[in-house]
Amino acid sequence: MQFSFNTSAQPTLKKPPGAGPPLQVWSQYISYHCAVRTALFITCINDTLFPETGRATVELLERLGIGVDFPLEQTCCGQMHFNTGYQREAIPLVRRFVEVFKEYEAIVSPSGSCAGMVREVYPMAAELANDKRLAAEVEEVTPKVFELAEFLVKKLGVTDVGAYYPHWVTYHPTCHSLRMLEVGDAPLKLLRAVRGIDFVELPEAEQCCGFGGTFAVKNADTSIAMLSDKLGHILETEAEVCTAGDNSCLMHIGGGLRRQRVGVRTVHLAQILASTEERRKL
Amino acid sequence: MTIEAPDAFSKGRTPTFEESARESLANAQLRRNIGKATQAIRTRRAQAVEELPDWEELRQAGYDLKTRVMRHLDEYLLQLEESVHKAGGHVHWVRDATEANRIIADIAKNHEAKEVVKVKSIATDEIKLNEFLEEEGIKAVETDLAEFIIQLAGEISSHILVPAIHKNRAEIRELFIKKLGAEDLSDEPSDLTNAARLYLREKFLQAKVGISGANFAVAETGTVCVVESEGNGRMCTTLPPVLVMLMGIEKIIPTWQDFEVFMQLLPRSSTAERMNPYTSFWTGVSEGDGPKEFHLVLMDNGRTEILADDIGRQTLNCIRCSACLNVCPVYERTGGHAYNSVYPGPIGAILTPQLVGIGRPGTDSLPYASSLCGACYDVCPVKINIPEVLIHLRGRVVRHRQDGGGLKGKLDPENVAMRTMARTFSDRRLYEAAQKAARISQWPLARSGAIHRLPGKLAGWTEARDLKPIPEQTFREWWKSRNGS
Ligand code: SF4
Repeated sequence: MQFSFNTSAQPTLKKPPGAGPPLQVWSQYISYHCAVRTALFITCINDTLFPETGRATVELLERLGIGVDFPLEQTCCGQMHFNTGYQREAIPLVRRFVEVFKEYEAIVSPSGSCAGMVREVYPMAAELANDKRLAAEVEEVTPKVFELAEFLVKKLGVTDVGAYYPHWVTYHPTCHSLRMLEVGDAPLKLLRAVRGIDFVELPEAEQCCGFGGTFAVKNADTSIAMLSDKLGHILETEAEVCTAGDNSCLMHIGGGLRRQRVGVRTVHLAQILASTEERRKL
Repeated sequence: MTIEAPDAFSKGRTPTFEESARESLANAQLRRNIGKATQAIRTRRAQAVEELPDWEELRQAGYDLKTRVMRHLDEYLLQLEESVHKAGGHVHWVRDATEANRIIADIAKNHEAKEVVKVKSIATDEIKLNEFLEEEGIKAVETDLAEFIIQLAGEISSHILVPAIHKNRAEIRELFIKKLGAEDLSDEPSDLTNAARLYLREKFLQAKVGISGANFAVAETGTVCVVESEGNGRMCTTLPPVLVMLMGIEKIIPTWQDFEVFMQLLPRSSTAERMNPYTSFWTGVSEGDGPKEFHLVLMDNGRTEILADDIGRQTLNCIRCSACLNVCPVYERTGGHAYNSVYPGPIGAILTPQLVGIGRPGTDSLPYASSLCGACYDVCPVKINIPEVLIHLRGRVVRHRQDGGGLKGKLDPENVAMRTMARTFSDRRLYEAAQKAARISQWPLARSGAIHRLPGKLAGWTEARDLKPIPEQTFREWWKSRNGS
């Protein structure tokens, strides 16, 4: 099923807390046009290691008038298992995802690679499982899955989310957002509209940072070689913050930056967008 | 000449990618040479492709044509055989490397050739033809400049199009002085080329047998096509009285018309040129022109196995343009030798393990030599979804180990960890308990807000990266407390 704007629905969502005047207009527009049941697909990494990103995503969406639901039965999409070759082991997780999320009309995730896993790799998993019913369910669920930035820009048509973030920031487009989901310049549009931000372009931005899931451990030497070049480019920008739409890549980049004590931080895009003058998210 | 470098297609143990990559990564000169070369070529490729407004349609056409060929390969092969016969050529069918080498050596012997000239051909490298011929007392002279350099140095190629990409001018100059006895040689490309040319011209004129690979073979007409830059290929195919061409059975295109697609795709993808300098077409024999005898050797050597695999099959679409190597962030840093195969880079990572078969530790490591960034898929002119094939092959590797590895395979620490985790993720209660357990058990590792050293197999992570400790509250705990559930 394709995500569609429900133009006949009446606004059903309450006025979001903390939204200033410019946002009120937006939120009304959105709640009017978008009375859809939206679920947050947090991903296991964010749930466990980066709860601040999840909180920021919820606050941001609510500020925009999107009420999100968090189905507690969700765990892990199975990406690590599937991509490392433990594919039979990943199939129950694919079933689980479909089961948990199938009733929602939009499924939003602050992770390009996990959204990519569901949207682009689940059909292959269903095929491997040799299960027609699962394949049909996957076909129904996958078009409803969105990475956060693409949900905001491409589906809701918002670029200015009313954020305030007075820092020097550069952006790394993660491979799965860029090449798998083709989110294009959606994250850049969002960042450029942030008040107070000093945005700096990252040289050779589209080169992989070298994370690659278990690649970072299995091929640690190559992964580190790739990371070193990425860190070099980040330092070239003289930014204080490097952001991206995926905490797994940021964990790798941030881990490298921290080890080198260079004083540059990594912050997920959702946290920058959730930050307002009243509620500074640092 | 003996090549000592280990190679997936030789007998014995091949090192894993990780082992070889460690060595390559430490070679500063190699890193610089390959880094510079691939950066330059990928920028130029992007420009060359930009010029064509219908590039995406061309890619799709290339994909469709190749897919059709694979679906009806049996018919096209028979058609090709018939066309070559009609044009006065001979066709030989060979199952594997041994049969291919035997046939080619016999043809050379029948013509009492002590020396043969060769055009760069990865298929002949795959079967180690040069070594086989040497054992039979026949010297094979490589005539492609880069391949010639590699042969002189006693190395193996590190790139499918630019075999000597890992060498710079100064290294080549020194090699020529040492091996060709060239004196007074500068490191200007024109001087280096000239030194090679003087040596090779003579070889072309003396050789009785020329050996070549093929880029395409047209089923409809029996025409074989060689696409190249230097003109040595044309000399190899026209000067010696006997021409032997070795090609993998997947190189077929249905009709002459299909060149329209492939001759737009290939040069722009490989050398970033609108058109490459020399494209030679050869159809059987013709009186008074070129070789008097023409042999086409059609080789399987593992290809029908690949054809039988639904997802792996697209690997056979490859037209060996090398665009995927030039954009690959892994290849750019490790170079070609880390792949221990005549087929390096992303295409090598999917082709080699399929050609030699799953279940060998060295080649089983190749599908893991990728961060799955997808840059290769973006540029591939015949739209091979390399990341998809990589993931598929990883699955085959793991299933092979689990099902055929006995108790050892089952008790493999990675297998145990992965299965335990999968079990945990499939039950919310277990998952939430594991989150709590991880938070508690990390305390001996976390120092001043970060984990600096991980144990065992995970130590690779903390070699250059700190790890963030698990925070006090998971997201779901926050959600539950906020919503009072
Ligand atoms: S896989 Fe595609 S990009 Fe790579 S060499 Fe083959 S045709 Fe070229």
